[in-house]
Amino acid sequence: MNKSPAKKWLIQGLFFLVLVAVFAFAGHNVSMQLKVRGISSGFDFLQNQAGFGIAFHLIPYSETSSLGRVFLVGAVNTLFVSIISIVFASVIGLIIALFRMSPLPVLRAIGATYVETLRNIPLLLQFFVWYFAVLRQLPMPLESWRIGKSIYLNIRGLYLPFPEDAAAVWMVIAALIVGLTLGHVARALARGQRVRSGRTPLWNWVPFTLPLLFPVLALLYLRSRVTFTVPYLEGFNYSGGAQIIPELIAAIAALSLYTASFIAEIIRGAVGAVSKHQTEAALALGLKPRQVLVQIIFPQAMGHILPPLTSQYLNLIKNSSLAAAIAFPELVLLFAGTSLNVSGQAVEIMMMTLGFYLVVSLCLSALINLYQARVLRYERR
Amino acid sequence: MSVVNAKIGAKQSLLQKSINAVLLLILAGLLFPVFKWAIIDAQWAGTDRCTGDGACWVFIKLRLMTFMFGFYETEELWRPSLVLALWAIAIATLFRSTYSRGLKILPAVIVLLPLLSWGLLDGRWFGLPHVETTRWGGLLLSLMITLMGLSLAFPLGLLLALGRMSDLPLIKAGSVAFVELWRGVPLIAVLFMSSVMLPLVLPPGTELDKLIRVLVGVALFTSAYLAEVIRAGLRGVPSGQAEAAAALGLMGWQRLFLVVLPQALRSVIPSLVNSFISLFKDTSLVMIVGMFDLLGTVQQANTDPYWLGYSTEGYLFAGLVYWAMCFTLSRFSMKLEQAR
Repeated sequence: MNKSPAKKWLIQGLFFLVLVAVFAFAGHNVSMQLKVRGISSGFDFLQNQAGFGIAFHLIPYSETSSLGRVFLVGAVNTLFVSIISIVFASVIGLIIALFRMSPLPVLRAIGATYVETLRNIPLLLQFFVWYFAVLRQLPMPLESWRIGKSIYLNIRGLYLPFPEDAAAVWMVIAALIVGLTLGHVARALARGQRVRSGRTPLWNWVPFTLPLLFPVLALLYLRSRVTFTVPYLEGFNYSGGAQIIPELIAAIAALSLYTASFIAEIIRGAVGAVSKHQTEAALALGLKPRQVLVQIIFPQAMGHILPPLTSQYLNLIKNSSLAAAIAFPELVLLFAGTSLNVSGQAVEIMMMTLGFYLVVSLCLSALINLYQARVLRYERR
Repeated sequence: MSVVNAKIGAKQSLLQKSINAVLLLILAGLLFPVFKWAIIDAQWAGTDRCTGDGACWVFIKLRLMTFMFGFYETEELWRPSLVLALWAIAIATLFRSTYSRGLKILPAVIVLLPLLSWGLLDGRWFGLPHVETTRWGGLLLSLMITLMGLSLAFPLGLLLALGRMSDLPLIKAGSVAFVELWRGVPLIAVLFMSSVMLPLVLPPGTELDKLIRVLVGVALFTSAYLAEVIRAGLRGVPSGQAEAAAALGLMGWQRLFLVVLPQALRSVIPSLVNSFISLFKDTSLVMIVGMFDLLGTVQQANTDPYWLGYSTEGYLFAGLVYWAMCFTLSRFSMKLEQAR
């Protein structure tokens, strides 16, 4: 079945020559075209002043910032909207999956309608519906809806109280991370002791309190520094606090609800793939239904869930670029759109934009593969 | 836990039945206003803006032709209709003929039909009045981009799939890099790139139609996804098939084209239908680079200052068209899957 070595080398040599020829042709044309248009190649343009404003940025930015800064703002915004949407999409997807597996026909019908409707309509249309049809119905600032004590929703967006001292907030978050890590370690210790002695240790509940205990202690310690600025009506608009622009709300709503329909199907398929004898055996052993779900069904379903779930997360990150169509300042709009128009450096800008998505995709796949290797350790082979 | 009960097929309790009934009532109460707005109070007749509280379907009725065909000359509408009919006949023939005959027709369909459609719609090749690609639009444009894009992408995807399975390291690496590159980036960025970069990589002075640029971008992007679909099919063919063919004295290309590939392609037909669905949904992105596909024409109609305030009807219509096509096709794909 094997080709002779000479033939192999001949084919590959030809392939290589064709590749080189194509790239040389394209490269030559690009340099000619750039000469005609008077554009110099290279990445020096990243130092140029941007000269345009950005409606939403998480890192400091002004019109005098550089185009390199614009790239960072776009990248951070893309990651921000993606991460929030991933969290929402996973939660909503799980809920819809539970609906679809419910013994109540009404809930099953709602779940099925949700999935079949949302995944068969283009995502861009859903962005438009949220942005141009739903959020435009919101009241003007003077008639804002108030949620709780000081959260306001109007046509200009959602206004939230915001911590004044960023350092204090970071310390609380750091405390949460420390608590989570220690809790994780302690849980592993408790588990080890349970496996060794065959008895659940008395302090089994302690690890679960750590992620809560540390931030609470940090809050108590920093209580004088954790203060919030509250939005208040000033003239015809709200000032103070944090404003979440409608473009961001629409993007998160569209992305998470759309992706949730795919995630729901993944979860349902995976739970369906776990043999029902597993459930019967677990019930026969006297496990409670909740234990059966959490300890028997979900761990086995996890192996079927993770690979397709990862590709859904990757799709979501890529799909976040659709927010460009409703003018949410994410990477494609800011960099491949506005910055390209300002500087004309098409080749460099497209390479950087595509490179960003490629790097993010590769990193996320690598992370999930690591996690999966850990999860699958427990799976029976 | 309900999921657990459902899994072992437990009967519904009386409590569950009553919760079900209550939920049904609440749902009906929530859906009734929607029904009232869309059907009972809706205005269907007329040629001007509506006055009532209900949905204004007049808006859709007046622009139906634009949503279907874009700004194509009205006297020439037989041409796009003929093109769509030709595609429908070709696809129906493909699915109705026996598999081995379908495999013989397929190359003709994906080479000739795109050219014929382009010739008919553009007109110049057949001595018909010229209609610029900027006037093609609506559902016609969405379908044309999907069908032509898939036709262009299929041969490339097939080559990439074979390249990725190849035992020649350079060809394998090239295919893997190409496929992973396109699968790792969003289609919008690809469309931006094809509309900005494609003119740059061609010799100065070459003018490329915007639709062609979009088609190239769509085809490159889709070929990577098709390559993975076809590769899954190739991997599913037992290696004994190729070995048996080799034992019978078939040459390398005969083994591939007469034994392995026919079996591989047959098993991926449902996935190919799914690729069609996702590409059809994705064609809505071309409006971002300034083309007027179905969603593009609807969005344009929604921003018409005289008809402001009917965007809900517009989106509902577009959504219904997309949904009907995608849902039907996905059911069809499921049926194909089960028939195997």
